[in-house]
Amino acid sequence: MSLTVSNITKTFTKFAALSDVTFEAEPGEFLALLGPSGSGKTTLLRLLAGLDVPDSGAIAFDGDNFLALNARDRRIGMVFQSYALFRHMTVAENIAFGLTVRPAKDRPSKADIKAKVESLLKLIQLEDYGKRFPAQLSGGQRQRVALARALAISPRILLLDEPFGALDALVRKDLRRWLRRIHDETGVTTVFVTHDQEEALDLADRVVVLKEGRIEQIGKPLELYRDPATAFVFEFLGANNQASGTLRGGSVDFGGFSVPAIVKGGSEGAVTARFRPFDTQVSRSGPGFPVKVLSVLPAGANLRLELQGDGGEVYETQHAHDADTSELKAGDTVNLLPTKVYVFA
Amino acid sequence: MRSRPAEAPKTPAAIGLSLVAVFWLGLIILLPLVTVLFEASKAGVEPFLAAVAEPDTIAAIQLTLLVAAIAVPLNAIFGIAAAWCITRFEFKGKGLLLTIIDLPFTISPVIAGLVWMLLFGAQGWFGAWLRLNDIHIVFALPGLVLATVLVTLPFVARELIPLMNDQGTDEEVAARTLGARGWDIFFRITLPNIKWALLYGVLLCTARAMGEFGAVSVVSGHIRGQTNTLPLQIEILYNQYEAVAAFACASILAGLALITLLLKSVLEWRFAGELAANRRH
Repeated sequence: MSLTVSNITKTFTKFAALSDVTFEAEPGEFLALLGPSGSGKTTLLRLLAGLDVPDSGAIAFDGDNFLALNARDRRIGMVFQSYALFRHMTVAENIAFGLTVRPAKDRPSKADIKAKVESLLKLIQLEDYGKRFPAQLSGGQRQRVALARALAISPRILLLDEPFGALDALVRKDLRRWLRRIHDETGVTTVFVTHDQEEALDLADRVVVLKEGRIEQIGKPLELYRDPATAFVFEFLGANNQASGTLRGGSVDFGGFSVPAIVKGGSEGAVTARFRPFDTQVSRSGPGFPVKVLSVLPAGANLRLELQGDGGEVYETQHAHDADTSELKAGDTVNLLPTKVYVFA
Repeated sequence: MRSRPAEAPKTPAAIGLSLVAVFWLGLIILLPLVTVLFEASKAGVEPFLAAVAEPDTIAAIQLTLLVAAIAVPLNAIFGIAAAWCITRFEFKGKGLLLTIIDLPFTISPVIAGLVWMLLFGAQGWFGAWLRLNDIHIVFALPGLVLATVLVTLPFVARELIPLMNDQGTDEEVAARTLGARGWDIFFRITLPNIKWALLYGVLLCTARAMGEFGAVSVVSGHIRGQTNTLPLQIEILYNQYEAVAAFACASILAGLALITLLLKSVLEWRFAGELAANRRH
């Protein structure tokens, strides 16, 4: 039971929303579609749900041609960013909707529907909330009801559109764990859209990174992080720094010192090297860019530094607390040495 | 959306503004209404009842209710369809459609009556053909209905469009992904969500339909006992110096309007909780 998306292209009147998008979701996989706004991720989700039609390409699930199926016949559980709960129905009625709306011959008995609703209320830990209206729930509770409503139809795939977008940070983290647990319990193939790289890396089995309607890279969270294919992926997945240097024989020479490079493209000669905040060392006398300390911020177990080079360029670095760095204060002059840099085409 | 509960006016400006509003309301709305009821009751109960029991008056009341009973459902259906179309789809000429819906608010009702005369009157475009086939539109019930429909066309649509815009399509789309078919979505999601605005629009439309004078006056032909609606009957009685009868009819018409408003208030009071839940979402 896998989802196959092949060569999907979708153009709106003014711009190409998706061009030649191909990926697959394994049975039971938790897949994230990650990208900035305008990358086409929501368009892609709507195509999967059948709410929009692609210009070309194919979408199949378990051998079924999805494009030949109407949205209501695809049996897809969709959770909307706004939750889209039916405001005039109680929580229980909301969850039961997908079952009660079926034509009489396919509809489960009243008792079966009731039992299903109760088991779902239990799953989302809202047993006593069945008789409430959506307006009487908190954001996180609404989110859970929306999920239960989508699960009620025993969906073949679960689609989530920015599932945590409208929640505050604390609730978000909580729900993330909970959603992952629900997914592992139900085992339903899940595709979710997010612009939050931390969320995608934290939650998904695999991540599809989209940029301007094209897939930049598909991979497991750790793969993407350790082995980004493009500069965009590298930059999108976390804080990063840039410096100009010369690529020569697997290292980048910054004039005076050189650093081993992971080369993903580009040719020998002048390049832009990129490096993560924690792939750095600062010292008072060692090699590196001469920089001035702008600020020293505690970041949990680490120390975060903001540094400024001679040309005004700003670097962000992270270090473990140790004798060297703990004494640093704003205004100090130090040398910044990247320990590992990436070079992209 | 939750707003701060309003409190009683305290500052001089607030009290002053409130007084102006109350005074104006009293002068412009309550005073005439009281006058109508007072004039009608001045002569006593018996002349009042006699005036109301007049066959022509009874016929006028029946005709008024019949016209409203046909025109209002037509405009309710049109209003829902128009609001659906405008709020659920993007198409060229949407702005134009909105403007056209508003047109009856801006043109004089007399013109709304005249257009039907131009189309269906004896000298109108289809006049000869209608006469040939013995179909009566103007100076008959169909003409009255057409004139009323035209004048009251915007009420329901205008109530629904902002609400449906506000509510968006998410719930309907969600229902679709859950397997609901078109009519299921309409009756189980769309209609329950708009029912209060729809009811409000229908009640306003009804009140306006019963009171319509200008357009109806043009197409009616003023045949007593046949094509005279209540407002027309009032005018005729008044012009014949039958003041008591005129005010008796006027108080009935005002009474019908008040019943409509009362109905709305009762429903609002009865379903206050549900209304609030709908708005808060």
